[in-house]
Amino acid sequence: MTTTTAAAPLISKRAIIDWLGIAPFMIFALMFLVVPTLYLVTGAFLTPAGEFTFKNIADLFTPSILSAYWISIRVSVASSLGGALIGFFLAWAIVLGGVPTWIRSGLLTFSGVASNFAGVPLAFAFLATLGRTGLVTVFLRDWFGFNLYSTGFNLLSFLGLTITYMYFQIPLMVLILTPALDGMKKEWREASEILGASTWQYWRMVALPILWPSLLGTTLLLFANAFGAIATAYALTGSSLNIVPILLYAQIRGDVLHNPNLGYALALGMIVITGISNILYIWLRMRAERWQK
Amino acid sequence: MKARRLGAWIAIAIGASYFIIPLLGTLEFSLRMRRDAYSFDAYRSVFSDFQFRETFGYSMLMAFFTIIFGMLLVVPTAYWVRLRLPQVRPVIEFITLLPLVIPAIVIVFGYLRLYNSSSFLPLTGSTSGTNTLLMFSYMTLSLPYMYRAVDTAMRAIDVRTLTEAAESLGAKWPTILFRCIFPNVMSGVLSGAFITFAIVMGEFTMAALLNRPAFGPYLQLVGANKAYEPSALAVIAFAITWLSMGLIQLVSRFQKSAPAKA
Repeated sequence: MTTTTAAAPLISKRAIIDWLGIAPFMIFALMFLVVPTLYLVTGAFLTPAGEFTFKNIADLFTPSILSAYWISIRVSVASSLGGALIGFFLAWAIVLGGVPTWIRSGLLTFSGVASNFAGVPLAFAFLATLGRTGLVTVFLRDWFGFNLYSTGFNLLSFLGLTITYMYFQIPLMVLILTPALDGMKKEWREASEILGASTWQYWRMVALPILWPSLLGTTLLLFANAFGAIATAYALTGSSLNIVPILLYAQIRGDVLHNPNLGYALALGMIVITGISNILYIWLRMRAERWQK
Repeated sequence: MKARRLGAWIAIAIGASYFIIPLLGTLEFSLRMRRDAYSFDAYRSVFSDFQFRETFGYSMLMAFFTIIFGMLLVVPTAYWVRLRLPQVRPVIEFITLLPLVIPAIVIVFGYLRLYNSSSFLPLTGSTSGTNTLLMFSYMTLSLPYMYRAVDTAMRAIDVRTLTEAAESLGAKWPTILFRCIFPNVMSGVLSGAFITFAIVMGEFTMAALLNRPAFGPYLQLVGANKAYEPSALAVIAFAITWLSMGLIQLVSRFQKSAPAKA
């Protein structure tokens, strides 16, 4: 910031006032966003005594921490792929499926609500539905004599968490993908039909190549979304499911890793994973926008 | 063509049942407290719990302050960037997106290390300090939504002309900002306010780790200890989210019918 003003031969009063105008915002961002994060990032490379080390990063590759990352990644991948797939078909149905418009507006409104309905209450909702005495569990047992829990299903598990996360993943996919599908021009389809393409060929050679940045980008966004989430998982499983945010929560609460700097490394690992997926998302979205003019 | 429509209906049916069944399950479960019949006992139990009223009130108050201070930060910044510093817009936009990139639990971890009672700014050393820190953390969480809502509303008005007109009539900066810019971006301010409200009311991580008696940690506590009340609380929380989103839609519709240019 200061370099640009200093580079100008005359530091005008106006330029100083210009920069002062955004000073409150910059101070806020530094104090409550940038510096706290940088503090953890640098702490990940220090020993408790304050010397530089790679040991904390290396210690991440111990079985218990690796397994936490592995479960987190699996839950995030599964819920983002599941959410992306169902969300894609829903968006396709309301844009190209020829259903009445009230379904379209209803689904979009609902998606706006449901994508924000996360956290602790979502865990309650799924406990009341798929828990041991939940609506669906009881219904299957009383009407079909089918005991869901005897099949090995457990809501407090990898599968249960994935199904629960998909409740906010699907609507998010619908919200982001509907405009992308709206942007598909009718002429493209007509042109490919005139040239003799089948529906399959149209999707494989025209539609999907245009849509894949949106599809992949949004899936990455859903992935990061699930990876950083903690409240739902914590309310659902307590600390029985060892995912990274819950491990980090326990570490903040009581230093369960017995090394504060290893906790910083754990946080750094989360930032790296969500950061990479978000950067890829932004890059893919810029690619996708080329077709949405 | 027929196959496509059938496929669309199947997709809608699957999606709708995925969305609706958990809501029905929650509602049904919340009414099951009495053994032989459906009743509102769980709701009665929730509303008569003084902790519910206390934490709910606390979170409402937090949401209120977050919205006020958030808007006092966001609106002038968005205005100033549009008027004087268009070249830093990408930077500001990038910063406002950071809270979506860095998980909330990581941000609050940083706060706890940076602002603990033995640091240069011991915010967590006192109750009022921790409350302030929690408010700033909520401002951080809602920054992406607030900024985008306000910036979108600001795109619809001609900031430069409005400012010049006000200046030529002799208005000073506070007048321009509060009597000219704020009223014109009210739809954005309100949208941002409602989504902030929904976020703050349900937020768990920040409040739990800062040890403040907010609604989110209370929900978690009830969930760990009671059977039917959690479902009743989930229904209430869903109603709050629905209300906030409904108000946003209402505001944006109102904005569209009003003349866009001032």
